[in-house]
Amino acid sequence: MTLEELERIAAGTKNARAAGGHEVNVCLAAGCLSQHSDALKEALEKEARKASASCRVRGTGCMGLCSAGPLVSVEPGGVLYRNVKPEDAPAIVRSAGGEPLRRLQCSRDQAFFQRQVHIVTENSGKLDPEKIEEYIAADGYKGMIRALTEMTPAAVVQEISRSGLRGRGGAGYPTGLKWGTVAKTDSAVKYVVCNADEGDPGAFMDRSVLESDPQRVLEGMIIAGYAVGASRGYLYVRAEYPLALKRLETAIGEARQLGLLGINICGTAFSFDIEVRIGGGAYVCGEETALIASIEGKRGTPRPRPPYPAQSGIWGMPTLINNVETFASVPAIVRRGAEWYAALGTPKSKGTKVFALSGKVKNNGLIEVPMGMTLREIIFEIGGGVPEGRKFKAVQTGGPSGGCIPEQFLDRPVDYESLRELGSIMGSGGMVVMDDTSCMVNVARFFMEFCMAESCGKCIPCRAGTAQMHEMLTRICDGRATHKDLEMLISLCDMVGATSLCGLGQAAPNPVLSTLRYFQDEYLEHIEAKRCRAGVCECGAAAEVRA
Amino acid sequence: MNPAAEVKTLVIDEMDVSARADQTILEAARDAGAWIPTLCHLDGVGDIGACRMCLVEVKGSNRLLPACVTRVEEGMAVTTHSERLVKYRRMILELLFAERNHVCAVCVANGACELQTLAQLHGLDHVQFPYRFPALPVDGSHERFSMDHNRCVLCTRCVRVCGEVEGAHTWDLMGRGVHSRVITDLSQPWGTSETCTSCGKCVQVCPTGALFEKNKVGTKLPKSRDFLMHLSVMRGGDR
Repeated sequence: MTLEELERIAAGTKNARAAGGHEVNVCLAAGCLSQHSDALKEALEKEARKASASCRVRGTGCMGLCSAGPLVSVEPGGVLYRNVKPEDAPAIVRSAGGEPLRRLQCSRDQAFFQRQVHIVTENSGKLDPEKIEEYIAADGYKGMIRALTEMTPAAVVQEISRSGLRGRGGAGYPTGLKWGTVAKTDSAVKYVVCNADEGDPGAFMDRSVLESDPQRVLEGMIIAGYAVGASRGYLYVRAEYPLALKRLETAIGEARQLGLLGINICGTAFSFDIEVRIGGGAYVCGEETALIASIEGKRGTPRPRPPYPAQSGIWGMPTLINNVETFASVPAIVRRGAEWYAALGTPKSKGTKVFALSGKVKNNGLIEVPMGMTLREIIFEIGGGVPEGRKFKAVQTGGPSGGCIPEQFLDRPVDYESLRELGSIMGSGGMVVMDDTSCMVNVARFFMEFCMAESCGKCIPCRAGTAQMHEMLTRICDGRATHKDLEMLISLCDMVGATSLCGLGQAAPNPVLSTLRYFQDEYLEHIEAKRCRAGVCECGAAAEVRA
Repeated sequence: MNPAAEVKTLVIDEMDVSARADQTILEAARDAGAWIPTLCHLDGVGDIGACRMCLVEVKGSNRLLPACVTRVEEGMAVTTHSERLVKYRRMILELLFAERNHVCAVCVANGACELQTLAQLHGLDHVQFPYRFPALPVDGSHERFSMDHNRCVLCTRCVRVCGEVEGAHTWDLMGRGVHSRVITDLSQPWGTSETCTSCGKCVQVCPTGALFEKNKVGTKLPKSRDFLMHLSVMRGGDR
């Protein structure tokens, strides 16, 4: 495969699409699929066969506004329809190319669409994730060919370093630095691992990327393999994502068939192949050392670092581990250049970040925004604010390792450092908005329950400490706690955070600490007045009835 | 240079110490006569850094480091017993006592229990956390040994000695978090295990009364742990 061949495929696909008449695109990603968009697609296809007008029905990836699903778009023209039902199929097919259906139309002029910047999700909802030609037609694999034929591995590492890309899994480690470390190790065998074990409650960014544009992740991994000198990649996907797994297997097969994956890629001396490994349902396997153990076929428990995977990873070999979104950012950076990417975002956090916006916010869904946008802009402009006239209370970022950020800090920019300062973390991108019907103590208890259930049990602070913290939080919620329990909870938070073996335990106290920091009065109310102002907890005394 | 020949100098508790480059902080400290409490560590099998009792402070690092798996480095300044470390160690012990069912008075290992010894050394006279007292089974199906899950601290010494030294890999772990349990073979009664060689190494290395020899119950010396060092030396190991 050369650049010319790639462009031939791209041109062929574009021409075929242009000649095919109007396209009716149905979102077939998890969100819309859960609202039976597959049945809708069948209905549309049936109508399209009947109709005399030339009109093709395609299944695509996520269109973003998941709460308005199933979503349908009609191209060319970009008309978007919301909450479409199979009964609407005849009307949509009839109107394709003509006047849009007003009653179903979803305006693209709203802030939700206008304020976003799509890099990782640039193809999401626009192409059929099971057709590699469509990805190629959208400039796919151009970056990879550029890297393989025009750049040295060191130049690729430099390009990534200059772009300022930082790990999108949550910790924000500079990606270029990590690649450079693995590239410098002296080993004949190295591995590249894509961590798709996304498990934070309220996070579905990686899932959506894998379901909507799987080729993009493969391309990122191949470029990484070339840059660090690896010839084998593993895609570690959790078993709870069957659709992503299916699309990835299809994508890998297609890429192999075109010679974009395998021996001597694009006629160069570089060979790289990717294998999918399926996670068995343990959240802790998202931790890199546990993930490596799991890939090796062992019990998925973390081990102390150092040695870091970059020195000693899978089977003791240097291993590069990045998150799905990190790899998905790479093709665009290599194709369009580091400067272009570095121009987006803030001085320390470059580029864009994908968030899964959910909870008490009007527009639930998947968004991609430049780093540095404020939380207020994200929640109130893109998200459309809190529905039903309720009052905003807090936004939870970073899942069980993150924290809750209250109203007074909504004007802070979203970047790695600001969020850490506020006692939360960027995390993988889950963003759960809560209104005044949420009890912050109960929220802390929920996350502690999660950490307790997902602790691997290897180190004592995390195994026994999370169980004790959960017990104390339960006592507070039930109105059985004293000030002594709160003191014990605080000292346990300190101890578990400082002594746990891996990130799960070290960060497990964060939801408690951040809610204690901003909502201490709620904790005290539960303890002293046996009262839950949100009416969530049954504290014994008359809980305030939900207004 | 061969790390065994390379010498590093460091400071442990304000004491100048020299160590081989391939030694851990724990080994260097012991050679120098400084005591660092340990629980999951066992001379003769691999370290896993799980119990967190041996955490030490290293100047310049904002994280506490497990002495058993952290290699010495030139110029390192290690503190083994700060107020903070002792507080955390006490809490770890308290968490263990509250986690399952550790009643020394009726335990076969009373007087020969490492958990008990550590508690005494840390002046632990009460536990502030609520006892969880989960209902856990006792497996007495093996003809010579018994397993009492109520006393288990999940140090996995049995798992490691069985896999690494005996080579049988009868023991392993199942479950997650507080529901973790050591198991024999595919979680079947010990007596029905097809891989167990009845060598008894697991019993001897168990720090508590979780694994015990039936005919030693009530004796003064329920466990003899020294064999592993001799075994290591005989096998040419360097531990």
